[in-house]
Amino acid sequence: MGKVIGQRLPLYDSYRHTTGQTRFTDDIYLPGMLFVKTAKIPVPHARILNIDTTGAERVAGVAAVITHKDVPNNYWGAFVQDQPVLPDKYVRFLGQPVVAVAAVDEDTALEAAEKVKIDYEELTPVFDPEEAMQPGAPEVHEGGNIAKFGGYDAMMVRLGDVEKGFAESDYVIEHKFHTAMNEHAFLEPHCSVAEADANGHITIYTASQTTSWHQFLICGVLAAPINTVRIVSGPTGGGFGGKSNPSTEFVVALLAKKTGKPVKWRWTREEEFLISTVRSADTFWMKTGFKKDGTLVARQIRYIQDTGAYNDFGTYGMMKLTSQINGPYRIPNVWFDGYVVYTNKQVTGPMRGYSITQSVSANETQMEIIAEMTGLDPIEVRRKNLVQDGDILPTQQVLEAVGVRETLDAVIKASNWYSK
Amino acid sequence: MEIAFTLNGLAVKVDVKPADILTDVLRQKLGVLSVKKGCETGDCGACAVLVDGELVNSCVTLAPTVAGKSITTVEGLIVNGEMDIIQRRLAEYHGTQCGFCTPGMVMAIKALLNGNPHPDEAEIRRAIAGNLCRCTGYQKIVEAVQSITA
Repeated sequence: MGKVIGQRLPLYDSYRHTTGQTRFTDDIYLPGMLFVKTAKIPVPHARILNIDTTGAERVAGVAAVITHKDVPNNYWGAFVQDQPVLPDKYVRFLGQPVVAVAAVDEDTALEAAEKVKIDYEELTPVFDPEEAMQPGAPEVHEGGNIAKFGGYDAMMVRLGDVEKGFAESDYVIEHKFHTAMNEHAFLEPHCSVAEADANGHITIYTASQTTSWHQFLICGVLAAPINTVRIVSGPTGGGFGGKSNPSTEFVVALLAKKTGKPVKWRWTREEEFLISTVRSADTFWMKTGFKKDGTLVARQIRYIQDTGAYNDFGTYGMMKLTSQINGPYRIPNVWFDGYVVYTNKQVTGPMRGYSITQSVSANETQMEIIAEMTGLDPIEVRRKNLVQDGDILPTQQVLEAVGVRETLDAVIKASNWYSK
Repeated sequence: MEIAFTLNGLAVKVDVKPADILTDVLRQKLGVLSVKKGCETGDCGACAVLVDGELVNSCVTLAPTVAGKSITTVEGLIVNGEMDIIQRRLAEYHGTQCGFCTPGMVMAIKALLNGNPHPDEAEIRRAIAGNLCRCTGYQKIVEAVQSITA
């Protein structure tokens, strides 16, 4: 054994963790720093009629109060720019921050935020994506609840001839699957600190999983050249995908610019559960045709991804999902329609494998059922259908350097599968 | 009001309001930043400290109640530049990942071993039941403690 290979080496930062020296973003305290709290309304769907911030501005210790009017480019999004930093016309999910207050401490900011007066007209919300797709459903966004893929309602993927495939199958099974919404629940709540220098250049300290991505999205919102916004990504107290997109950063940058002071916004655990992104709850129908010997022949899927109030990574998630929808198995005939649907719920985003995780549960459940119906060993059904070099995925990708068979064989050996 | 207590072996005096939370006083007035704010409702254990040797969630402790008492945090476990064996073994056994729960976890293990130097696995798991770790899944943390007590 060498010096490194085969040795148990501590993670390079682990001693700093155990001795309490790791500095997370919330551990940054700068002279004169201001703290943020936000004003919200108690309903998930509403039209904003008027915002009156004068009561908040009069609270001693308040340095600034901002609304949508203070945001140079209010609408942002990784793929579709449909999400306001601070909403101007509509609130689309419960707890969505409408007005942000910066004050000398959190208590003062909270007191001021409670004095913001938001007049609104409550609108009927829609929470179920299947309901949201029906004609006449409450509109989360003007123009309909189905996100577009190049003008189409669905992400469509076709490989081979699925009807012919089902006709050639000995068995056809079909199931409806539903997966639950997941919160990342990292121990470190979202937090960022921004400060502006004398030139108006901004430095943002945050726990980003995607530093450059943050930089260009924030520059877009601030209408600022990219050389004037610096992102310093500190240690991340757990991310799991949930710190992939900006969250607190836009508001602290705007408030730092407006006040000339350092500004911190840290979400409470309640805010984490209410307004941070989550893994989408998906509903889908999976129909699979196979031969008596377990060979997969055809698969048809109708997939609905609940993206919540805004698109965020939704359409990207669907694209990623389609390449992985059959897992590591070869199916020559595939017909896939995937819908990304808006509802009045918190925004969904990346979480550990993105949408792939949802489809794996369905895929592997059906593999177990196929094993039972054919009387084959569950591992044998899988081995028989594994992809290999040269196979084509439903998205037309030609596979190379596939190692899944060797991996599965190693697992069979290591787990003593055949002597169980 | 001014309160006095012992913090990691040193006498401290600090001005607090009656409703000040111990976590905030430790972090913002005394600079003890290892005490983390994960939930502020006493559920996650990231803010756990020892008060007179007893494990306490500082986020649900009013600061004035620690007057005259002795508080220990992970910073206080380092004696003459030497880490506590818990701090070394958690690192060596990969019992840390993102590190946010780690200081509270260290203090929970310290409280356990102070009262019970040879806990069995069930006792170890019970002792850290109030400390949530989202990354490692606890197994490595338990193994680290077992390496000390075996």
